[in-house]
Amino acid sequence: MTPLLQVDGLAKSYGPRIGCANVSFDLFPGEVMGIVGESGSGKSTLLSCLAGHLTPDRGAIRFDTREHGLRDTGAMSEAERRMLGRTDWAFVHQHARDGLRMSVSAGGNVGERLMAVGARHYGDIRAAATDWLGRVEIGADRIDDRPTTFSGGMQQRLQIARNLVTGPRLVFMDEPTGGLDVSVQARLLDLLRGLVREMGLSAIIVTHDLAVVRLLADRLMVMKDGHVVEAGLTDQVLDDPQHAYTQLLVSSVLQV
Amino acid sequence: MSDYNFAYLDEQTKRMVRRAILKGLAIPGYQVPFASREMPMPYGWGTGGVQVTAGILTPDDCLKVIDQGADDTTNAVSIRRFFEKTAQVAVTEKTSLASVIQTRHRIPEEPLHDGQILVYQVPIPEPLRFLEPSEVETRKMHALEEYGLMQVKLYEDIARHGAIATAYAYPVKVEGRYVMDPSPIPKFDNPKLSMAAIQLFGAGREQRIYAIPPFTNVVSLDFEDFPFDPSKADHACDLCGASDSYLDELIIDDAGGRMFLCSDTDYCATRCAAGEVGAQRMTLTEGAA
Repeated sequence: MTPLLQVDGLAKSYGPRIGCANVSFDLFPGEVMGIVGESGSGKSTLLSCLAGHLTPDRGAIRFDTREHGLRDTGAMSEAERRMLGRTDWAFVHQHARDGLRMSVSAGGNVGERLMAVGARHYGDIRAAATDWLGRVEIGADRIDDRPTTFSGGMQQRLQIARNLVTGPRLVFMDEPTGGLDVSVQARLLDLLRGLVREMGLSAIIVTHDLAVVRLLADRLMVMKDGHVVEAGLTDQVLDDPQHAYTQLLVSSVLQV
Repeated sequence: MSDYNFAYLDEQTKRMVRRAILKGLAIPGYQVPFASREMPMPYGWGTGGVQVTAGILTPDDCLKVIDQGADDTTNAVSIRRFFEKTAQVAVTEKTSLASVIQTRHRIPEEPLHDGQILVYQVPIPEPLRFLEPSEVETRKMHALEEYGLMQVKLYEDIARHGAIATAYAYPVKVEGRYVMDPSPIPKFDNPKLSMAAIQLFGAGREQRIYAIPPFTNVVSLDFEDFPFDPSKADHACDLCGASDSYLDELIIDDAGGRMFLCSDTDYCATRCAAGEVGAQRMTLTEGAA
């Protein structure tokens, strides 16, 4: 089976400081991988490199494209990379405001990716937007409202709808539940889990919340100081942590 | 004899403007940066159009200047006088006699022929400006032909107003490649953008020149189920009776009285001189007498 995403010896440093170093993994179709670690451990740097927002210093990222199979994303032209960003890839930002157009209605936000790949039928775009708003539990009567009038949880769900409308195969998520209160987090996680299973999505989720990865991720990578210190199946890593840092991380979670 | 160099700008500046114009003609719809000069008028009064006109003007040219279709408004009169003084060129109000027409916000009703040049004054050349604030990003979007965002604007129009409510500066796609802002002409004029004359667009403050060569394919953006509609007031001109021209609505008294008349003054006057009569011309003439 070909991996959907193949990362080989990836490294990125900011001058003398290491962002992330020597990261290698394969992600297979339908698999959800979590990346955990404390602040400053290089999680977000790694994710930005993977999504093409940052250029890595070393290493290769290969993505299984629909037409040409595994291709090095670094060697692609910018046009191809940006096309991937609108079609097969999706990026869910921690702050919904970074991923939404706040001055455009909810329907326009969801429809943007469709129009970006050539949809030119208003009725169809609107129908798709209504459908997706329903799937992320936003009422159809809110379709013409701007995201500024939405609560934080709704904005985050709108961002997810906007990203998934073109049926991507790989979703990058950067702390998708950050800044939301626990009950809203739980609904969002439930929703994400449903969508991931239903659409057969592959996802890479960066978070510092172990509960999120416990619920969503099949596999887990633990990062510290830019290096991967432990990787494995989620339950295995969380229930039987081997590395001292992972043990610390797991034991730091408050039990209510 | 005037103390100014011909057409106000010095020769090196005119060469620079011409180079930008030639590049613009070679890449229809592409915004060519140019080193816009300060002109003896405020930004927003046509500094870009004036520089383009100065760049292309020759002593044999006959110049016409219109503002919203009219030859006799402040902007048109002052720019016409400017070139009379600095270039001593012949001027006219007749569309058919002019070899260079500088315009603000309208295309003349009378079809232009080859050999004529239409110069537009452009306030904001970037059609994506109010959707994407970053210039770096909009340039990249033009380069990579990513125009989905332009469609989002039209989508928002329909979602909010039930129809594409953009009535002027209606975005067009030039020769299947660049999306372009046709300057704030009414969308009624959009179908005329494929014409026999050369069209040059100058934006002074934004330092951009772009162009449409003759007979270029220019398509107004729309949706399959909401096709482009070059709407106009459902009325005929009250002075000359024309039913095919773009109309201004004029309120004429405090009792709600109003009249519609051609925004193109030359077109209207020519028709009136030929004996065409609109609904209110008689009453107006009687009232005056």
